[in-house]
Amino acid sequence: MSKIKGKVLIDRERCKGCDLCVVACPVHILALADQVNARGYHFSMVQQPESCIGCASCALVCPDSCITVYRQKVEA
Amino acid sequence: MAAEVEMKPENLVYAKPRLITDKTMHYCPGCSHGVVHKLVAEVIDEMGLEHDAIGISPVGCAVLAYDYIDIDWVESAHGRATTLATAIKRLRPDKMVFTYQGDGDLAAIGTGETIHAGNRGENITIIFINNAIYGMTGGQMAPTTLVGMKTATTPYGRDTHLNGYPYKIGEVMSLLDGVCYVTRQSVHTPAAVRKAKKAIRKAFENSMAGRGLSLVEIVATCNSGWKLSPVEANRWMEEHMMEFYPLGDLKDTEKK
Amino acid sequence: MEEVKLMKGNEVVAEAAVRCGCDGYFGYPITPQSEILETLMQMRPWETTGMVVLQAESEVAAINMVYGGAACGKKVMTSSSSPGISLMCEGLSYLAGAELPCVVVNVSRGGPGLGTIQPSQADYFQAVKGGGHGDYHLIVLAPNSVQEMYDFVFLGFELAFRYLNPVMILSDGVIGQMMEKVVLSAPVARWTDEQIAAQSSSWAVYGKPETRTRNIVTSLELEADRQEKVNLKLIEKYRRVAAEEVRYETSLCEDADYVLVAYGSSARICAKVVEMAREEGHKVGLLRPITLYPFPTKAIRELADRVKGFLSVEMNAGQMVEDVRLAAEHCAPVAHYGRMGGVVHSPSEVYEALKREFINQ
Repeated sequence: MSKIKGKVLIDRERCKGCDLCVVACPVHILALADQVNARGYHFSMVQQPESCIGCASCALVCPDSCITVYRQKVEA
Repeated sequence: MAAEVEMKPENLVYAKPRLITDKTMHYCPGCSHGVVHKLVAEVIDEMGLEHDAIGISPVGCAVLAYDYIDIDWVESAHGRATTLATAIKRLRPDKMVFTYQGDGDLAAIGTGETIHAGNRGENITIIFINNAIYGMTGGQMAPTTLVGMKTATTPYGRDTHLNGYPYKIGEVMSLLDGVCYVTRQSVHTPAAVRKAKKAIRKAFENSMAGRGLSLVEIVATCNSGWKLSPVEANRWMEEHMMEFYPLGDLKDTEKK
Repeated sequence: MEEVKLMKGNEVVAEAAVRCGCDGYFGYPITPQSEILETLMQMRPWETTGMVVLQAESEVAAINMVYGGAACGKKVMTSSSSPGISLMCEGLSYLAGAELPCVVVNVSRGGPGLGTIQPSQADYFQAVKGGGHGDYHLIVLAPNSVQEMYDFVFLGFELAFRYLNPVMILSDGVIGQMMEKVVLSAPVARWTDEQIAAQSSSWAVYGKPETRTRNIVTSLELEADRQEKVNLKLIEKYRRVAAEEVRYETSLCEDADYVLVAYGSSARICAKVVEMAREEGHKVGLLRPITLYPFPTKAIRELADRVKGFLSVEMNAGQMVEDVRLAAEHCAPVAHYGRMGGVVHSPSEVYEALKREFINQ
C-alpha cells in the first residue's frame, strides 16, 4: 500500500503568528506555539506531522512566505 | 518506496517564491499584502518576466513593495502611479509595467489618474488592494469604506450624509473602452489565492499583448485598521465586504 | 543639417526637443505656451525619431509622467506656465529627491492665482527657492531670446544628466510668443536602449537585466539619519553645481557706476536702458544672470566693491533683488524696479527708476 504524504517546514523566525495557516489546514495539524520567536510572535508549528497531506494550503495563505511544503508517495 | 517524505527538489510543492526577497515584510501579521506580493512574484517568474518587469509602488502600506519583490521598481507620489506607468510603458513598450496601489492611493487622491490611464487604454496592469481603510496613516476612512464602518475619521460609522457612499471604482473602470479586463478577487482561502493568481497572470498577459488596461482588484483585510485578529478579519470580510464588493470578473474583452 | 528659420519662442522648444533626441514630452495646454504641445503634435516625431508625445489629463499627471520616463533613463520633458508649474511642484520635489534628470519649461505669466496670461517674471522664487517641499534645488536657466530658448533645451538635458537633477528653463510670455531668427542645429539621434543601459545602469529602471541587481527609484527614507545623508549628498551636488555651472553675461560693467541686473526679457529691455544712459553720459552696465540657480553671486560681489549701486529690474514685486542684495553683502546699495501683472516695463520707465534711485540722489 502507498499513500500521499506531506511535510511542512515553517521558518519560525520569519513567522508573525497570524494564525491564517492554522485555520487554512484541512487536516488541522498546525497550531501556534506557546513559546515566542525572537520578535515576540507565537510562531506556527506542526503538531501532527504524520497527518500532513502536503496540500500546501497553509503555504498559499501565508503572507510572509514562511512555509515550505514537500509531498511524496510513501509506504503506508 | 520511501517510508518518510524526503526533502528533495522533486518532492517540493511550495516554497518562498524565488523573487520574494529575504527581507522581513513590515506588514502587520496576517496582512493580505504579503500574499498578493507572493502572487505577483510567482507570476512574474513563471512568465519569465524577471528581467522585463517594472513595478510602480504607491504611497500607503505598500510604499515599500520594492523591498520585497526582486525586480526594478519606481516609487510614486501619492495617487500618481498610473501616470508613471503610462510614461514607462510608452517609452519601453517591450516591458511589463504594473502598479500596485491601495484604495486611498487609487480611488481617492489618484482617481483622476486611474480613470484617464484606463480611458487612454494604457497597456499596463493595476493591482488594486481594497481593504476599505487607510492602513499606513492609522485606519482612516477610505473612499471604499463601507456604510456604517467605524474608522479613525468615522468614529461613529460612515454616515452617507457626511461622507457619501463607498466607491466601486472597479465598476467605474469597467465602463471605459480602454480597459480590457476588470476582475475582483480575494486571497483569504487557498482556493481564492489560486484564482487570484490566475487573474494576475491574465492581466500581465493582456499588458504584454497590448490589449489595454487590466485592473485586478483584491478585496483584502486590514486587521489592524479593522481592530480584529487576522482570522476574524477574514470572516468579517466574507460577511460584509463581499456583499458590497462581490467577487468575479466585471469585464473581460477576451471572453467570447 | 543646420537650418536658419524665423520662429516663435514656443515653437523652437518643440523643434529643439525633437532635434536634441528627446524621448518623451508630456504636457497639458495652458496659455501662453500651448504652442509647444501643438507644434509637437503637428510634427509627429513618433513617426521620425520615435519620440513619444502625450497630452496628459493635468499638469500633475504630466510631471509624474516625466518622473516615470526619467526613471527609465530617458530624456523627457514637459512645459507649462505659472499656475501649471504650481501643480507640478510636488513632482519636481520628487524628481529632485530621487535625483532624476528632466527638463521643465516655464513660460511664465502674471499671478498670483489665475492671474493674467501676459508675461511676467513672478515665478523667480518658485523656480529658484523651491516651490515644492524639502531642501532641493532645480538648475534654472533663463533664456532672453528665441535662440536661447532653443539652445537651452540642449543645455538643459546636458546639465540634467550631468548632475542627475531636474532643470527648469524659466522663460516668460514675451520670449515664448515673439518671433526671431533662430539657427537650428543638426538633429542628434535618440539614445538607444543599449546606450541607456550602459550609461545609467547604476540607477535607471528598465527591467533588471542579468548583469546587475535591481534598481529602485525612490525619494523615501524612513530613518532620519539616513535621510540626512541623502540631504547631505544633495547639498554636496548643489555645491558642485554652484562651483561649476554659473553662467552670466555682462555688458559695459568695466567702468560702470551703476549696474542693472536683469534676466530674460527684462534683460533685453535693460540693454536699451544702458544705451540711453550712456548717451547721456552715465556709466551704466548690465549683468544678465543666465543661470538663476546657481546665481552669479561672486560676479555681483566683485562689482559691489566698485559700483555705486545695483538696480534689479524684474517683472515682479522684487524677488531676484533679494539674491542681488545677499550677493552684494552691503558693499553697494541695491534697489528694485519692475512692473507686474503682465505689464512689461519700458526702457524709459526703467531709466527713470535708475535716476530716481541712484543717479539723481
